[in-house]
Amino acid sequence: MARVTVDGIQVEVANGSSVLQACEAAGKEIPRFCYHERLSIAGNCRMCLVEVEKAPKPVASCGYPVMDGMVVKTDTAVVRKARRAVMEFLLINHPLDCPICDQGGECDLQDQAYSYGADHSRYAENKRAVKDKYLGPLVKTVMTRCIQCTRCVRFATEVAGVPELGATSRGENMEIGTYVEKALTSELSGNLIDICPVGALTSKPYAFMARPWELKRSDSIDVMDAVGTNISIHARGAEVLRILPRTNDEVNEEWMADKGRFSFDGFRRRRLDQPWVRAHGKLQPARWQDAFVAIAHGLQGVHGDRIGAIAGDLCDAESMVALRDLMVSLGSPNLDCRQDGARYDTTRREFYTFNTSIAGIEESDALLLVGCDPRHEAPVLNARIRKRYLAGRYPIGVIGHPTADLTYGAEIIGDRPAALTGLLEGGLAFAEVLKSAKRPMIVVGQAALARDDGAAVLAACWKLAESVGALADDWHGFNVLHHAASRVAALDIGFLPGRGGRSVAGMMSGGVDVLWLLGADEFHPARIGPDTFVIYQGHHGDAGASRADVILPGATYAEKPGTYVNTEGRVQRAFQAIMPPGEAKEDWRIIRAFSEVIGMTLPYDNLDAVRARLTEVNPVFGVQGLPRFGSGDRSGPAGDVAALGNAAFAPGIGDYYLTNAISRASPTMQECSRVYTQPVVQAAE
Amino acid sequence: MSTAETLADSASETLPDALREEIRLLGQHEAHPRAACIEALQRVQREFRWVSDAHLREVAGLLGMSAADLDGVATYFNLIFRRPVGRRVLLLCDSVSCWLMGRERLEAHLSARLGIRPGQTTPDGDVTLLPTVCLGHCDHAPALMLGDALHGDVDTQKLDAILEAAG
Ligand code: SF4
Ligand code: FES
Ligand code: FES
Repeated sequence: MARVTVDGIQVEVANGSSVLQACEAAGKEIPRFCYHERLSIAGNCRMCLVEVEKAPKPVASCGYPVMDGMVVKTDTAVVRKARRAVMEFLLINHPLDCPICDQGGECDLQDQAYSYGADHSRYAENKRAVKDKYLGPLVKTVMTRCIQCTRCVRFATEVAGVPELGATSRGENMEIGTYVEKALTSELSGNLIDICPVGALTSKPYAFMARPWELKRSDSIDVMDAVGTNISIHARGAEVLRILPRTNDEVNEEWMADKGRFSFDGFRRRRLDQPWVRAHGKLQPARWQDAFVAIAHGLQGVHGDRIGAIAGDLCDAESMVALRDLMVSLGSPNLDCRQDGARYDTTRREFYTFNTSIAGIEESDALLLVGCDPRHEAPVLNARIRKRYLAGRYPIGVIGHPTADLTYGAEIIGDRPAALTGLLEGGLAFAEVLKSAKRPMIVVGQAALARDDGAAVLAACWKLAESVGALADDWHGFNVLHHAASRVAALDIGFLPGRGGRSVAGMMSGGVDVLWLLGADEFHPARIGPDTFVIYQGHHGDAGASRADVILPGATYAEKPGTYVNTEGRVQRAFQAIMPPGEAKEDWRIIRAFSEVIGMTLPYDNLDAVRARLTEVNPVFGVQGLPRFGSGDRSGPAGDVAALGNAAFAPGIGDYYLTNAISRASPTMQECSRVYTQPVVQAAE
Repeated sequence: MSTAETLADSASETLPDALREEIRLLGQHEAHPRAACIEALQRVQREFRWVSDAHLREVAGLLGMSAADLDGVATYFNLIFRRPVGRRVLLLCDSVSCWLMGRERLEAHLSARLGIRPGQTTPDGDVTLLPTVCLGHCDHAPALMLGDALHGDVDTQKLDAILEAAG
């Protein structure tokens, strides 16, 4: 520890800290542009100058290491003058076009110009102008505003792992750009917008939409994957204008993935905003009451075991528990949330969650990925893996088909279960790597579980984890990576076939007479038998709604308060940001209202009561945060390792940008899909 | 053939194996291979007179850098050429001492004689004229460099002689 005095305040900071960190510890705010806590230090903007006793001139505090006994002054005449001078230099070539700049109101340059800027310019010469660059459909550039802090370059290279941005030339001619003009190939590119301290990189879809002070902010949870990224939904009136990440070091640090950030323009398209009932083969608009009566009619005389329900990938826990309770009262054991047909063992929670925890990745020292593609299934989690990888000495093995570069060096060990056997029997060299690691991690993805031998794969991964010492009293290295936001909550609730109940496959082709789809769109509706009466409850006119006999318009995650459980098993709450459109309603209320129509009233009529019911069904819903745990019971999940098949693992999710009803309805995501999956058209811009 | 075509012919070829090997070794010599990048760029330039996109990408790969990163280095130094240059490069100092001593006259003379402005190459691909910062030869301003040779106290007569001698 080093003792440092900052403006007369004594603080102790770790050796190797920077002067800037010491100043922050003393509660002093240091202006900065290039410095960013989560990036390497560049020290090129000089805004953070402070005085250090015995140093001959002001020092850049962000890159200056502390020494024991150092005396720092952050508020002297010299410091103020130095910062004013730096500011004047920065503004020499800056266009000062705040009135037409989208960063206005939340711009570091603007803010700091208030403190250190002059009220007029002494610079009468021509300012430089810089050509804008094409970075893809999401990030808008106005490069004349760039102050060359290189945060974007460092973000792309270090965090996103796509070293495509660079700074060319020198001095006044320095420019930021992609080496060849092309869309930045990253699922994290939207973070560039947050990280740029000025208005050089802004959001294309948000261009000229609003000023920050006009927006109402609501805390929410991203449901585009199962990471549970903490987000803030910014809306004006009934319209969501943008979504930004909130900082949560245990989950997403301060990053978020592009699909979560930009898919919200899907909220207003293809929406189901009123009930529909099929009459004479055609869907007709209906009133809520008529829709409920039609369902009651469809249920008449149908025995419980001929009724089924499937929960989709975006559902909140509240609606799932309500639908489960309704199905139980109807006497139906046919419940399922696994549209992809994944095999789990839900007898213990650790068999289907990411037990190491996302933050825990940083403590691991070897990694094996089985049938998963974290870059596309969980981009923010992938950034954590990359962070650990960059820290060094982190062997990574892959079994399966990651669709693209994972952004870190990984060794492909095999593409089918035989590789697991090889590791178990020690025939493969990577087995030694895992064994010699102190805290190895094994991550098994949905592509490895959604197959006939899924249970065997799960069991084999557990067995491997145990045999390489990944299960210890203070370490849990067995992980399941989900990509459906609703999945873990559904498994916690037990949205699964009951005794003698049918799975998704069993409910297809006339397996049930009445089928309730709760936002379930990820299987082909033609698989449902022609005589099955289908109720679709959800927000978008996607696959499921097209086949429905009755449509109940529900709410998107932004339009209702909801509980979501991420792949770690972390229970998180989202608040309502906007009202559902038209006659659409909060989903659990729809189910509750219907239960009344058929005289099986569910015993809750407000949000607190549903949540109490959730906790009653599974106490985990009452737990805040995620206690880290080691593994106690070492016995593995059901599943016979001997039953491992020979088929190669499928390559994870298809098109990253179009994985659910919201993103498929989003023009921005469609454009991304066009640009990124059909590289030929890129040149057109 | 246009000037550009005369100049750019070899640019898209891959680097010769021997040069690739040499660059790899340069990298291996350093604790971080990227430390050899300036020398590597100079080697490519000695061979091809300039560094093309294709070559830049190749060198980046050999030294474990991204192309964008290496381009940052290449464009930082004004004696690494990222566009084709002629057989000879004439660097005419445009810093203050030379300015005072009449380098403008030299530039006008060169432009008239060669038919090109600074930044351009003669159509036959012989000479590229570039301005440069102080050559450290102020005591003999105005100064210029043709190829690797430094010349001081240049006037128009001497300039003609230099061009002819080397021509
Ligand atoms: S574009 Fe923004 S983040 Fe990138 S260097 Fe310029 S000011 Fe910094
Ligand atoms: S913040 Fe210290 S130099 Fe930029
Ligand atoms: S100014 Fe020309 S050599 Fe110094």
